[in-house]
Amino acid sequence: MAQQFYVSPEQVMKDRADFARKGIARGKSVVVLSFRDGMALVAENPSPTLHKIGEIYDRIAFAAVGKYNEFESLRQAGVRYADVRGYSYNRVDVTARGLASVYAQSLGTVFTAEQKPFEVELAVAEVGDREGEDHIFRLNFDGSISDESGYLAMGGKAELVQATLAKVWSAGAELGQALRWAVSALEAPRLEAATTGAATAGAGPAVRLGAPTLEVAVLDRNAAAVGGSHRAFRRLSAADVAAQLRTD
Amino acid sequence: MDSQRRSEFPALEAAGSSSSFFDYVSRSHPGLLPFGQVLPPGSMPATPHGTTIVALTCTGGVVMAGDRRATMGSMIANRHIEKVFPADKYSVLGIAGTAGIAIDIVRLFQVELEHYEKIEGTLLSLEGKANRLGAMIRANLPMALQGLSVVPLFAGVEPEEPAGRLFSYDVTGGRYEELEHHSVGSGAVFARGALKKLWRPEMGPEEAVAVAVEALVDASDDDSATGGPDLVRQLWPVVYVVTQKGATRVSPETLAAVVETITARRMAERREA
Repeated sequence: MAQQFYVSPEQVMKDRADFARKGIARGKSVVVLSFRDGMALVAENPSPTLHKIGEIYDRIAFAAVGKYNEFESLRQAGVRYADVRGYSYNRVDVTARGLASVYAQSLGTVFTAEQKPFEVELAVAEVGDREGEDHIFRLNFDGSISDESGYLAMGGKAELVQATLAKVWSAGAELGQALRWAVSALEAPRLEAATTGAATAGAGPAVRLGAPTLEVAVLDRNAAAVGGSHRAFRRLSAADVAAQLRTD
Repeated sequence: MDSQRRSEFPALEAAGSSSSFFDYVSRSHPGLLPFGQVLPPGSMPATPHGTTIVALTCTGGVVMAGDRRATMGSMIANRHIEKVFPADKYSVLGIAGTAGIAIDIVRLFQVELEHYEKIEGTLLSLEGKANRLGAMIRANLPMALQGLSVVPLFAGVEPEEPAGRLFSYDVTGGRYEELEHHSVGSGAVFARGALKKLWRPEMGPEEAVAVAVEALVDASDDDSATGGPDLVRQLWPVVYVVTQKGATRVSPETLAAVVETITARRMAERREA
């Protein structure tokens, strides 16, 4: 009978966490931030169909980085959870907090019990009636959950993106301003790579991110009051994004 | 079994999961469905019934209208009930039959369409929507045999297509595409007679709204279960217009004006109908 080597639980957890972190760090970043008329979710994503940002429910959106198949199955599970809850209780009873805690449980269970942890990081955003009432939850691969205020960055080089946002973000901005902040934050890792790698030969990836390489969606704060629709989530086309980024 | 119950947030359950909310709920939360219960033997007490719905095509879309009355036997159970609902951005449905079940079928259908849109990222085709509604009505067949039948009328536009389309159903879930106009419910016969005389090709949405309201007025004239416009309480039919811009509810002010025109004309004519 084959002898099993003893591996300490600390080591097992550390190995799993390192594995997940490596997978996430390979990906591109996603930014979620509040502004005056809603919340913007911005991802660097050249694909027009494989979304990193999705609608969950009336005022709740989802953003993810990492392995597509894994966060897509989590997104669909989230939509099912929200729709069942809204159908059996009421639309107002679906909250980001409830969804985030179910996600945390699911990720935590997978992290400890499955063959390999999910290589994903999720954000659940809920738009409120006022900017102070917005909620952004960050969910890590191990099921840890945190409540961010105002803005959030995740994915590869998340600390750098988050630090860039922290420098510029303030409450009460307009959509165009919020998108410009988000794009400048997403460009920060490329800028850094370009400056440090300037000595080494070869042109790196372009520093600037254009509208076609961005996936942008907003949760409209006034969707119900003005648009008459209970669904606040709206994707912005590349043309809309370009127009918003242009206005200075 | 616990692992079965927890499969809502599974490790990996993607295989075998569908984009249909109806399928998902039938599998994992059957108790939430409005139908599907096995009813014990016994006689059903009187329950509120929704009555007349009319729908007609107009240039660029469709109009659907329903009266505001629910009856329970010979009593009026409710005079504010709404029986026409937006199903999603480009379609509406109206329901006749047992109100309690019908309203839950509407909710289920609305979630079904929204759920598909969120999971798949695209809208269902209009025929696809009509088929899903048919499947729900068919699932209600055991209840219909107990006297709790629901008969919907479905209408909508396909984005990027010029004309609106109408679908009627029977209790077995049979789906039939209707041309020009259709009506369901107890006053349907009278409304249909009115529609045959009033409907013309190439009617604009405003004109079609007036025709829909007039058909309901005629239905309420002859059918006791159909409510006419209530001038005392200022209650008007629920009317939706669906065009390429989406489904919008006609405002009470507009309907008040339409009703006033119809009553003024009929009072001036001083005729039987």
